[in-house]
Amino acid sequence: MSAREDVLQLIRRATADVTERNPDVDVPVEWTYGRALPTADVIADFVEKVEDYKAAVRRCPEVGAAETIIEALSALDARSVVVPDGLPDAWVQALSGAGFELHRDEPVLSHAQLNSIDAVLTTAAVGMADSGTIALDHGDGQGRRALTLLPDRHIVVVREDQVVSDVPEGMARLAPALRARRPVTWLSGGSATSDIELSRVEGVHGPRHLSVVLVAGAQ
Amino acid sequence: MTTTARRTPEPGTWLGIPAFPEAAKAELANDQQRGNLRHATTTIRAKRVTRASEVDDWEDLRTAAAQIKDRVARHLDDYLIQAEKAMTEAGITVHWARDAADANAIVADIAKAKGVDEVVKIKSMVTQEIDLNEHLEAEGIAAWETDLAELIVQLGHDLPSHILVPAIHRNRTEVREIFAREMGLYGRPAPENITDEPAELAEAARLHLREKFLRAKMAVSGGNFIVADTGTLVIVESEGNGRMCLTLPETLVSVVGIEKVLPSLQDLEVFLKLLPRSSTGERMNPYTSFWTGVTPGDGPQDLHVILLDNGRTNVLADPEGRAALRCIRCSACLNICPVYERVGGHAYGSPYPGPIGAILGPQLRGLEGENERALPFASTLCGACNDVCPVKIPFTDILVHLRHKAVEHKTAHHPTGEQALMKGAAWVMADGSHLATVQTGSRLAGRIFKNRWLGKMPIPLAGRWLRARDVEAPPTQTFRQWWKKNQGDHR
Repeated sequence: MSAREDVLQLIRRATADVTERNPDVDVPVEWTYGRALPTADVIADFVEKVEDYKAAVRRCPEVGAAETIIEALSALDARSVVVPDGLPDAWVQALSGAGFELHRDEPVLSHAQLNSIDAVLTTAAVGMADSGTIALDHGDGQGRRALTLLPDRHIVVVREDQVVSDVPEGMARLAPALRARRPVTWLSGGSATSDIELSRVEGVHGPRHLSVVLVAGAQ
Repeated sequence: MTTTARRTPEPGTWLGIPAFPEAAKAELANDQQRGNLRHATTTIRAKRVTRASEVDDWEDLRTAAAQIKDRVARHLDDYLIQAEKAMTEAGITVHWARDAADANAIVADIAKAKGVDEVVKIKSMVTQEIDLNEHLEAEGIAAWETDLAELIVQLGHDLPSHILVPAIHRNRTEVREIFAREMGLYGRPAPENITDEPAELAEAARLHLREKFLRAKMAVSGGNFIVADTGTLVIVESEGNGRMCLTLPETLVSVVGIEKVLPSLQDLEVFLKLLPRSSTGERMNPYTSFWTGVTPGDGPQDLHVILLDNGRTNVLADPEGRAALRCIRCSACLNICPVYERVGGHAYGSPYPGPIGAILGPQLRGLEGENERALPFASTLCGACNDVCPVKIPFTDILVHLRHKAVEHKTAHHPTGEQALMKGAAWVMADGSHLATVQTGSRLAGRIFKNRWLGKMPIPLAGRWLRARDVEAPPTQTFRQWWKKNQGDHR
């Protein structure tokens, strides 16, 4: 018999005591899914929690986005930047005008090339305030997963209307992308470890610096 | 047989570690380890409390998590078939493994088919459980651990001693020594004058591992969750080594215990709130990756998932012990356990230490081994683990249940002195005349000792008990005699 049949048979034998066939009836789950938190100021909460991870947050009006992005890159001493497809043209033009060395992922950049580039600039899909988490669904302006992994600095632009109170609301917003089989990456601060004497060290393998540009208003 | 040189550092071995009571004695004598553990567990306990108390509906979350996990366990066949279908449709090759040998062979076969002689690994409990690295080594494939703590353990020829921070028993000075001595033997050496600053040590690990990440063709991971309705896999991590392994190589093999399935995407909200706060005491771990099969042009183009039993169906078969399968490997129970804090992880004799190891080990592996029969007793039953567990595993209930089974197992094979004693006591208590007969003897002894307290005595069993206790001499008169004399008049 195949391993699959063996394992399934063992499971069925082990759960012979279960007589109710409908899982929802057999074990009801007392939880209301997708609920928002009653946070007074969701944006302020988001900023506070993101900063708690030692990530830099810069807030700006929509017209000031390009300028703020340049400020964030300069503060991290970044000269070369990966710009994924789907970023607003205005930002890319502004960066180019400001003298940054821009890299497009077309033709596809090798891992070694990505490893040698200072920074990556992306948009985001969702921000979750209570945990200070930013989700990428690797859609327009976010690039494939390696782009936000190998460069040492990540500048991520989040719009205020993308920020929700908490993880349950965030999961609900991300469900369509997940159902469309898109990969999703959650970032909560930069790479960190606590493996030596449980003292937190910022930066191991992923980008050591996460810089958030929070753009006011809705798109 | 010719012996070939090893490709990876030779690890320590669980074989030969004695059963818990003896192993614990040796570990207790290790002052350095006790100091390191006290510091680490105290720190993380405090962080967990802070982060848990920030969440208003924490108790509701725990209840929901326990219910979801129970729902999955009781209908596991349905959810696994659903998950298999969804993963297959998303382009993942799904394998099933009865045990460690099945799973190890599948991983090795995939590596050989791909022609790779090394793999990078994300820290995973399940590959520790099946001893995958040593199996791959024997097949001529080097498995590199990429989590910082696992790297410390691997380069230190050591064994993990904690679920979340396997090198918790080491301090910074020890880590520096290991890196300086070993890194150069397996790749980029540690910088010449490296100090014991955690930041410097982490940087050395970053540089040492980056060359391995950039050239790796295949990665092996575990998995925190599999969503049955979409076939989505989820891995939570901190350092980004996970993202490296999940994203850069062409082939990814994920070994996942069959109990890791969740019914639907929305269930993730419960666990992604509970897990980081319970394990590292953070609001959220730095990185969480979700992937649903192959994404063209992004990440591995050849994905495999191995669904592993390896004793989990034994756990499932015992309705009283089944709740151990709720475990999401957060390690809060280890960090709060007074026993773990003093003896560390190695004494438990398997990669799962602490309270969860004490209930999971004997259930996964059965009670045939002396070590497994000792584990349910590796606890004071103080119940702190019950209180911190995010999925409400009733640890002490299961411990007591397993103690019962361990004792039954033992006495079924060898009746003990205690049993003989109880048999004798049963005869004495069965009839008043039996009792009177025995009491004649004790009255005699009372007269001999004449109210002197009993101290140490060279009598088997009683001698050992009296070593630490003084006992009054038996009375010279039984209660029945006393009653007859003093109360008889008042009738």
